[in-house]
Amino acid sequence: MATKTLEQIENQFETFQILNEKGEVVNEEALPDLSDEELVELMERMVYTRIWDQRAISLNRQGRLGFYAPVAGQEASMLGSQYALDKEDWILPGYRDVPQIVWHGLPLYQAFLYSRGHFHGGQIPEDVNVLMPQIIIGAQIVQTAGVALGLKRKGKENVAITYTGDGGASQGDFYEGMNFAGAYNAPAIFVVQNNQFAISVPVEQQSAAKTIAQKAVAAGIRGLRVDGMDVLAVYAATKEARENALNGNGPTLLENDCYRYGPHTMAGDDPTRYRTSELDDEWEKKDPIVRFRKYLEDKGLWSEDKENEVVDKAKEDVKAAIKKADETPKQKVTDLIDIMHEKLPANLQKQLEEYREKESE
Amino acid sequence: MAQMTMIQAITDAMRTELKNDEDVLVFGEDVGLNGGVFRATEGLQEEFGEERVFDTPLAESGISGLAIGLGLTGFRPVMEIQFFGFVFETMDGVAGQMARMRYRSGGNYHSPITVRSPFGGGVKTPELHADNLEGLMAQSPGLKVVIPSTPYDAKGLLISSIRDNDPVVFLEHMKLYRSFREEVPEEEYTIELGKADIKREGKDVTIVTYGAMVHTSLRAADELAEDGIEAEVIDLRTVSPVDMETIIESVKKTNRAIVVQEAQRQAGIAANVAADISEEAILHLEAPVLRVTAPDTVYPFSAAEDVWLPGTKDVIEKAKAVIDF
Ligand SMILES: Cc1ncc(C[n+]2csc(CCOP(=O)(O)OP(=O)(O)O)c2C)c(N)n1
Ligand SMILES: [Mg+2]
Repeated sequence: MATKTLEQIENQFETFQILNEKGEVVNEEALPDLSDEELVELMERMVYTRIWDQRAISLNRQGRLGFYAPVAGQEASMLGSQYALDKEDWILPGYRDVPQIVWHGLPLYQAFLYSRGHFHGGQIPEDVNVLMPQIIIGAQIVQTAGVALGLKRKGKENVAITYTGDGGASQGDFYEGMNFAGAYNAPAIFVVQNNQFAISVPVEQQSAAKTIAQKAVAAGIRGLRVDGMDVLAVYAATKEARENALNGNGPTLLENDCYRYGPHTMAGDDPTRYRTSELDDEWEKKDPIVRFRKYLEDKGLWSEDKENEVVDKAKEDVKAAIKKADETPKQKVTDLIDIMHEKLPANLQKQLEEYREKESE
Repeated sequence: MAQMTMIQAITDAMRTELKNDEDVLVFGEDVGLNGGVFRATEGLQEEFGEERVFDTPLAESGISGLAIGLGLTGFRPVMEIQFFGFVFETMDGVAGQMARMRYRSGGNYHSPITVRSPFGGGVKTPELHADNLEGLMAQSPGLKVVIPSTPYDAKGLLISSIRDNDPVVFLEHMKLYRSFREEVPEEEYTIELGKADIKREGKDVTIVTYGAMVHTSLRAADELAEDGIEAEVIDLRTVSPVDMETIIESVKKTNRAIVVQEAQRQAGIAANVAADISEEAILHLEAPVLRVTAPDTVYPFSAAEDVWLPGTKDVIEKAKAVIDF
């Protein structure tokens, strides 16, 4: 009995794909309703983000950037999902999900300040509905249920979307977040970017479940496994999840299967200790930019010149953002004391004076 | 004897106990094949197999729950929390459950668990990696809290922690992992938990400290010596329970004490030590016991770390203040 139930569930979670590795449409009826301009814009964002990622890695190596988690290989998953959002929707990111919040409105130089460990990096502009990247894996997932419920109760036509990884899907917070959002029918979208590894641990070791998407079943919400290297599939799946959430049909869990080409972070991770180059090659063949480029070229929407323009623009923007980050006043301990409470308690008031003196020495 | 860094001494201690006792298990996130994000478990899976040294799914509450359960079935778990800021994910497992297992069962069950975890400032980690949460742990009855400051101490203390039949939180300061090497015996040895160590003898002022601040304090003591002040530096090594005997002995000699910790000022180890000195040795004191600590903010974003962390200058200033009192 019980065996049959499990098999029935697991076998339903096939991967949703629109563009195959060669850039051919394999699922015509699922093609999202995007104009040519929008298709081009999506491509621009992916190309731009890959360049920014490369620059960030090299800036980190030069000691000009701090904590950084590379994103190459995850552009479709990150940017396709963000593109399906409304400007007023909320994003609750993990530490790797910086591209989504930048494309949602966080200035790039602030993302760099965050990386450098400067508090201004976390001062999200008022009209940008994102949270700071979360370091604690899973913490943002439960908070998403709260933001989603809050949006609904305030009568907003908006959703909250959160991102975690295949490792993050093992945290209790992951189940709690989905379960709470489901229980309140809150307009939330839970994205698991399954890049196959949690630092060194392969996804197969995280759980006995065959897919992450099927974990939605336990929470009683929708779940879908998506080809996370296919930007059109990611976009379409997120768009549908958003519509369902707003129509009162409940939250959705999306498992975007993808890969991180680079190291886990720039702080000494060595992927050759736990991944084979064959696996790397296998995934690079599925590259999101390669296949989408092919698709757009076939439609006459993309060219080498166009791509070079985007590359140059990305490089210039990164340079300008680093310059702006460099020009930001140095962070002081007194700044940090200041932002601890609305009204400083006596102990901190005293320490504020002590550190003012120290900092003026 | 071999020259070892602290991280090598830690690996060596685990290897020693994995060899000595087949019930010892080492597990956590990335500790298996990858050998840990700091390589603390490097080579251990290869040597002892996947049943004894293994990766867990990503969930700290899962890890401590597993440890408690394995402890109940006769194993001796050495679990890793990848960075100690993540302990909040399993405060219940550590402080609410394993710390109370013996008590709740009227002494019939116990949790022979070692919770190993890196912590500590000065290496520019992201948020919630470096936090000094030892005070929080020390406030949980049932837990011992150990913080080594040298490779030699690390090995002896870790072996003792693993052999202890009650839970021990063993905190490894990241800055000390590879900052220096020293002679560490290849054979096994233990250092008794709850015993401080006098790292430098002196007669003018007692500096009580632990972790990376031991080295800051020793540097301060060198500078103080140039001014003719002989500071005695006591390394607590175990911050819960605190070895008050060694401290009081020293204070009786120097009549002056300061306590130095990397953690924030409020409600920490230093406050506890200062209070105990006052209670037990007030008549021997020529000056109030002063504290050197970080300010009461959240552990700083890394760009402000250098000013935030207590430094040699702060130690010298307070040492002179109790002398000139
Ligand atoms: C609560 C918590 N535990 C552990 C870590 C350390 N850590 C950072 S990233 C990571 C792996 C995460 O893997 P996954 O969820 O798959 O996301 P990915 O990094 O692959 O994007 C771990 C263990 C953390 N940041 N927070
Ligand atoms: Mg992952």
